[in-house]
Amino acid sequence: MAYSQKVIDHYENPRNVGSLDAQDAAVGTGLVGAPACGDVMKLQIKVSDQGIIEDAKFKTFGCGSAIASSSLVTEWIKGKSLEEAGEIKNTTIAQHLSLPPVKIHCSMLAEDAIRAAIRDYKAKHPSA
Amino acid sequence: MVKRPIYLDYQSTTPCDPRVLKMMLPYFTEEFGNPHSRSHAYGWKAEEAVDHAREQVAAILCADPREVIFTSGATEANNLAIKGVAHFYKEQKNHIITCSTEHKCVLDSCRHLQQEGFKVTYLPVKSNGIIDLDDLRKAITDQTVLVSIMAVNNEIGVIQPLAEIGKICRDAGVFFHTDAAQAVGKIPLDVNAMNIDLLSLSGHKLYGPKGVGALYVRRKPRVRLQALINGGGQERGMRSGTLSTPLCVGLGEACALAQTEMSAESIRLKALNARFYKAIQDSLEEVYLNGDAEQRIPGNLNISFAHVEGEGLMMGIKELALSSGSACTSASLEPSYVLRALGVEVEMAHTSLRIGFGRFTTEEDVDTAAQMIIKEVNRLRDMSPLWEMSRQGIDIKSIQWAEH
Repeated sequence: MAYSQKVIDHYENPRNVGSLDAQDAAVGTGLVGAPACGDVMKLQIKVSDQGIIEDAKFKTFGCGSAIASSSLVTEWIKGKSLEEAGEIKNTTIAQHLSLPPVKIHCSMLAEDAIRAAIRDYKAKHPSA
Repeated sequence: MVKRPIYLDYQSTTPCDPRVLKMMLPYFTEEFGNPHSRSHAYGWKAEEAVDHAREQVAAILCADPREVIFTSGATEANNLAIKGVAHFYKEQKNHIITCSTEHKCVLDSCRHLQQEGFKVTYLPVKSNGIIDLDDLRKAITDQTVLVSIMAVNNEIGVIQPLAEIGKICRDAGVFFHTDAAQAVGKIPLDVNAMNIDLLSLSGHKLYGPKGVGALYVRRKPRVRLQALINGGGQERGMRSGTLSTPLCVGLGEACALAQTEMSAESIRLKALNARFYKAIQDSLEEVYLNGDAEQRIPGNLNISFAHVEGEGLMMGIKELALSSGSACTSASLEPSYVLRALGVEVEMAHTSLRIGFGRFTTEEDVDTAAQMIIKEVNRLRDMSPLWEMSRQGIDIKSIQWAEH
């Protein structure tokens, strides 16, 4: 299968690979997917007092499209407010990376990962 | 010219050996006669070549040339053996036994017969990929007409105990068919010593041309088949259609070369295989061999690299041509049914690579491949949340995953 140039770029030079301290009150962690399905994404965000995502890190078990989708969204969400980040749609991710239909689930997983990280952060800050 | 990837997918197909091609070429042009034409020299020359090829194919199986039926490949041979026997004997018996790790063409032929009303038993395999002979004994009934068990598995390379299966079948009066597409030229085969009644083989799996194969059909005791392809009654009425002389010549020559070179080639491949696997094991933790370590052909390895997804891994080693058990590229997104049948966890099946060595694989190829795989597995593990969790001592099975 032919991957798009953008997928190859993110796969070969993934942005923001790593982990943040999940115990830190400023950090929200999202872990989505399942090993049995061949895709697991861990996405972490570090949120400022003003509610802006200052840092984002990911680790992904999956195919090149899954790695690229998660790498891409870490770039996109940095500097965004939680609300803006939560509005990122899988279709935008899929379009940007030119994912074929069989790989659309990778972009859906990346969208889920952002939402899960935001949910985790909000759970730590009930008033936010 | 762009350098091509190192070819490590010999269970998928093999290049046609130049020595084979050389023997084939005259039969496309000068010696173009129809081997079934009896009235002139063009036909006689072609017939002579086909007869010689038939002898070469028979020789590698220790069979009689009159027992060899040329087909378009192993898929057709498997279809002909299974459907042909089932249909011919359907008034007397209606039960077939096969196993869950067979090639799709065997499984699909059996499914087709089930739809026609035949009963099919799919034997499980043990965790090493080999069937339990007691399961086979218990599955045979007075209604069983055929047992079809592959000689060598295409994904994991394990060798089934053919002689033992053959003996059980002969004692029970049941025909024994084996899909030997991955076995011919790789392991010694003797249809008489092993009590094999039908055997399928393929040209392109043993350095012959694509588009040709053969079915061995025993004469004593005679196995009868209902033909799938009707017509001029060629191949003793079991497979009509004009034979392709060059393809038959190629298959014959491929068998002859394989027979001559098999023992030396086995030793060479075994050494390459061991060299590769040692390099991997010396550098990487948590790698698991799928399928029996001993009862396998020397040209195959199937390895799971825990916490690294197979398709993702393949993308990183694009200088290597091999295949993955992950099958994430297929529409189903289901990992290999063969690995699942061994009891390999779905998540581990997603992390597997099939590595095939063959006639044109060099020591340098093997060393380069091992280094590339090691480097990429390490890179992807550093990126893998599952690897991180396993390093932290978290049991991945204890997590509630949302399966999608």
